[in-house]
Amino acid sequence: MQTDKVISVSNLTKKFGDFTAVDNISFDCVKGEIFGFLGANGAGKTTAMRMLCGLSLPTSGEASVAGFDVYKESELIKKKIGYMSQKFSLYEDLTVWENIRFYAGIYGLSDSNIREKSRQLLTELHLEGQENALVRSLPLGWKQKLAFSVAIVHNPAIVFLDEPTGGVDPITRREFWGLIYEASARDITVFVTTHYMDEAEYCNRVSIMVDGKIEALDTPANLKQHYNADSMDEVFLHLARTATRSQD
Amino acid sequence: MAVTVQDLVKNYTVKKKTIEALKGISFSVEKGEIFGIIGPDGAGKTSLFRILTTLLEPDGGSATVDGCSVKDEYLQIRQRVGYMPGKFSLYQDLTVQENLEFFAAIFNVSIADNYEYIKEIYEQIAPFKDRKAGQLSGGMKQKLALCCALIHKPTVLFLDEPTTGVDAVSRKEFWEMLHRLKTQGITILVSTPYMDEAGLCDRVGLIQKGAFLSIETPQSIIRDFKKTLWSVRADDMYRLMETILKSPLINSCYPFGQYHHVTFKDDTKKQSDLEAIVAPGNFKDVEIAAIQPNIEDCFMALMTE
Ligand SMILES: Nc1ncnc2c1ncn2[C@@H]1O[C@H](COP(=O)(O)OP(=O)(O)OP(=O)(O)O)[C@@H](O)[C@H]1O
Ligand SMILES: [Mg+2]
Repeated sequence: MQTDKVISVSNLTKKFGDFTAVDNISFDCVKGEIFGFLGANGAGKTTAMRMLCGLSLPTSGEASVAGFDVYKESELIKKKIGYMSQKFSLYEDLTVWENIRFYAGIYGLSDSNIREKSRQLLTELHLEGQENALVRSLPLGWKQKLAFSVAIVHNPAIVFLDEPTGGVDPITRREFWGLIYEASARDITVFVTTHYMDEAEYCNRVSIMVDGKIEALDTPANLKQHYNADSMDEVFLHLARTATRSQD
Repeated sequence: MAVTVQDLVKNYTVKKKTIEALKGISFSVEKGEIFGIIGPDGAGKTSLFRILTTLLEPDGGSATVDGCSVKDEYLQIRQRVGYMPGKFSLYQDLTVQENLEFFAAIFNVSIADNYEYIKEIYEQIAPFKDRKAGQLSGGMKQKLALCCALIHKPTVLFLDEPTTGVDAVSRKEFWEMLHRLKTQGITILVSTPYMDEAGLCDRVGLIQKGAFLSIETPQSIIRDFKKTLWSVRADDMYRLMETILKSPLINSCYPFGQYHHVTFKDDTKKQSDLEAIVAPGNFKDVEIAAIQPNIEDCFMALMTE
């Protein structure tokens, strides 16, 4: 694996009023890596991700994403990354084809480029013949695969995926991870959150957030060894049970 | 019987095309049973839930909930059931506390009287009770929605993917709570995309394209898995998968955390055959073993049959 840093975060913090949602986190991600960003509900994953995507300003700390500063260059960041939000990130009332064209357009792809990309995309996803279907009418798993493909249509340096497989059936969930591996093989860094602990095993490195802080960060193998656990599920239970923020 | 369903049909017409969401399904659920419904998106789960909670009228067949007919006695049903829809049902502009008060008010109950019912879950979000629901994290919203569905002590509880987006620790606590509700005689119909949760139900129905493929106990679903299942791991899992799938002898190979689970087309094949398939890849630390299938293996096999 190459070691060029594409994300570099130091002491990043986000407060809402006097509540600290993200508390002084620091880490780096390298090119092409699959980085699992785990944590219990409310740990601060989405909040951290939104800052890295240039969608929300940090309260303090530093972060650079794809070489750009999250405070001053958020517009440049948005062009260099893809983002799939925890809620749904396609337009339900547009067709498959209209969604692809819309996103490719935002990212400044030329018309002929868009046409070629769309065809390639539809073939890869086995969605040929569905280009005029409303996104709303597609099964969730297909929507998620389409949303992912659209998020990397401009070949970004990094793609941020916030619970992309939540609620997806077991077969489609595995197909989705196939897409993640392909993206990583093309040197796209994949920054992904999930509540499925088997998926944590598929990441190159995993960080676990507890109450806004990163409590552990390593390869799945090292984490299991360190916590003397058989699976990532055990590691997660061990760490997440130490959370205090959601109790009295 | 807490729920009976007989030949239930539901069709939708979209752009002059008829979609059969439920193709005449029948089943029943006993009082105090936890009945799981598993199936891919669009299989008909939500239509079924909406008919049983009287929010949608069926096009054919009949159903009763807690002895009342969904057609004629919907007012009684609405008073008695709790429903947590898959998509958030909360008022995003109301606070956590206000949402709960709202649901208590429409059912004419007091939060104090029924607090023990929701205590364990509500305590997890209580520190944020003055926060607007719209500002909660995804999993915290799910927990609040569940409290709102439980606050009037329903006799039958319908939960449409209640744990989607809920973290692993809270999911365990959530299921412990469902089992406690069961001991109080509450009947629970629950759909879930988490296969490990299917294993925690008394019976599970696998629904696909508007019809049940099977309704069984988790134990018999696992017993019915016909093939020998192999688990394989090595130093490079991605390449290992590619190597295995290239062999024409292989029926399936799915990643399962640290292992791949493999079946042969011809079940008389042995460990040595799998070793021979893997060998050309020159992997390190290869481990192969025959294992018991889990419920996820079983459903994936059923879904691809
Ligand atoms: N706009 C906001 N105003 C106030 N508090 C907020 C706001 N957005 C998020 N929070 C709070 O910040 C904390 C972290 O939320 P976040 O959505 O980042 O969690 P998460 O780790 O993504 O959780 P989940 O796994 O449930 O999606 C939560 O307590 C949440 O209520
Ligand atoms: Mg989140």
